[in-house]
Amino acid sequence: MQLLSTRRGLFYTALLVFLAIAPWVFQWIDQPFYLDLLSRALILGIAAVSLNLILGYGGMVSLGHAAYIGIGAYCVGIPAYYDFYSGWLHIGLALSVSAVFALITGAICLRTKGVYFIMITMAFSQMVYYTFLSLEEYGADDGLVIYLRSEFPTWLSMDGAFSLYYWILGVLLLSLYFVHRLIHARFGRVIVGAKFNELRLQSLGVNTYRYRLTCYVISAMICSLAGVLLGNFTSFISPEMMGWTRSGELIFMVIMGGVSTVLGPLLGTISFVLLEEWLAAITVYWHLIFGVLLVVLVLYGKGGLDGLLGLMDRGKKSS
Amino acid sequence: MSDAILDIEGLHKNFGGVVATENVNLSVERGEIHAIIGPNGAGKTTLIAQLSGQLRPNSGSIRFEGRDITTLSMASRARAGLARSFQITSVILPMTLLENVMLAVQGTSGHSFGFWSPVREDGKMTDAAMESLTRVGLDNRADQLAGSVSHGEQRQLEVAITLAMNPRLLLLDEPMAGMGKEETGHMVEILKALKGDKSILLVEHDMDAVFNMADRLSVLVNGHIIATDTVENIRNNAEVQRAYLGDEHA
Repeated sequence: MQLLSTRRGLFYTALLVFLAIAPWVFQWIDQPFYLDLLSRALILGIAAVSLNLILGYGGMVSLGHAAYIGIGAYCVGIPAYYDFYSGWLHIGLALSVSAVFALITGAICLRTKGVYFIMITMAFSQMVYYTFLSLEEYGADDGLVIYLRSEFPTWLSMDGAFSLYYWILGVLLLSLYFVHRLIHARFGRVIVGAKFNELRLQSLGVNTYRYRLTCYVISAMICSLAGVLLGNFTSFISPEMMGWTRSGELIFMVIMGGVSTVLGPLLGTISFVLLEEWLAAITVYWHLIFGVLLVVLVLYGKGGLDGLLGLMDRGKKSS
Repeated sequence: MSDAILDIEGLHKNFGGVVATENVNLSVERGEIHAIIGPNGAGKTTLIAQLSGQLRPNSGSIRFEGRDITTLSMASRARAGLARSFQITSVILPMTLLENVMLAVQGTSGHSFGFWSPVREDGKMTDAAMESLTRVGLDNRADQLAGSVSHGEQRQLEVAITLAMNPRLLLLDEPMAGMGKEETGHMVEILKALKGDKSILLVEHDMDAVFNMADRLSVLVNGHIIATDTVENIRNNAEVQRAYLGDEHA
């Protein structure tokens, strides 16, 4: 993307600059709550970026991605319950557990297509949901309190709202850059091609199943990082964070922002969280307004918010 | 038969009670253009599907360059040097012509677990893709979206994709389907230019085009090959006249 030559590029540059200085801005205007809100939005942003990799670029609509947020969060919560607070342990555990789970379930899910894929990913995530719901030892539906944040060397510490925010922003930017590289590399070309015409890719000598499965696993691993950060952010985790409605919300965020665009899902997530917060503040019937807005956006905003930004540039060219 | 690149023996395929391919024996010589003709529903596309690996025959064997490939997957056959094009154009419309062809180069050159380097900056791959586009005369359209070029050009792109796989045998399923007279003539020239360099087995409805470029013809009727011969002899073959060409006059 030409970051400064288009209005869309300028908008995203401004957004990223704002994200970089946001904590200081919020401190200056004395609104620490905004930092909380933005931290949560960016965590969900990481999850949305990971979902976009399989949903937007790969055409694999998963209705079970919140399971990986849950897995990531419990990989912080359960070790913490036994007084293991090492951050590297938490991250390593989250990455490996989510990878193994995604490999096994993905191997089965990817044998199906379309609606069947949606249903089976949802079924697996509900399995995880009910498993944690029945684990009395770890709080079951009452959830689990995490008393301390994951421990890292001092310069990487997560303690304090500012450091945690920059952790989140760092992971988010790394995920965005990684997805961007991936999509333009050999791997990504195959993933995108298989979304449009899988048979064609096979006729070209590509074993699409293997690549799509790998893509599914990578996406799950990125998503589990969002879970690790969410566990640290809320200090309280419960199975509720991985219910299928959460997975549905993630899909909304991706579509709202613009599928198969690198920065669209981030934009979608931030808008989603802000809109939710703002509407809930002005009326108790906010779900209704929110629903209507989403319908309008899906019907008329082709390409989501990112697509709308693109319109500004088209207007400029024709005038 | 010593110089056959493809040898098909006793190929048989049925879908329940419907026999689509019945005891087909066929060989394609190295460097020739071999055309399969036959009325609608004769089983031409089913035959191509079995050769490319999309369908598994019930019995019989397919040997490619002396190696039995009957049970190989479509992807493995493609890597072995046997490339197919599709009857219904199946280029990837939201990608540019160059991107389409580059996928073909990529598919047949090693694995695709490259997670970091942009494909666009891989000079070797872009060069190979551009060469294929040049061979079908589309090099000046490389950066257009496949969805924005004409139907005839999409068919040419289909051939460029097949060529980019660097195959030794091309399986072309109706390369002239839906083309106008001029476009067909252009495609005939493109395919004739490949003669000798590549072996081609093609299915085609356009008789003028087939008679113009093929070295040998096989006539498929009801899943059965009733004759294989040179263009001249097929034209004069009484059985073919009756079973196939005659149908059109009746």
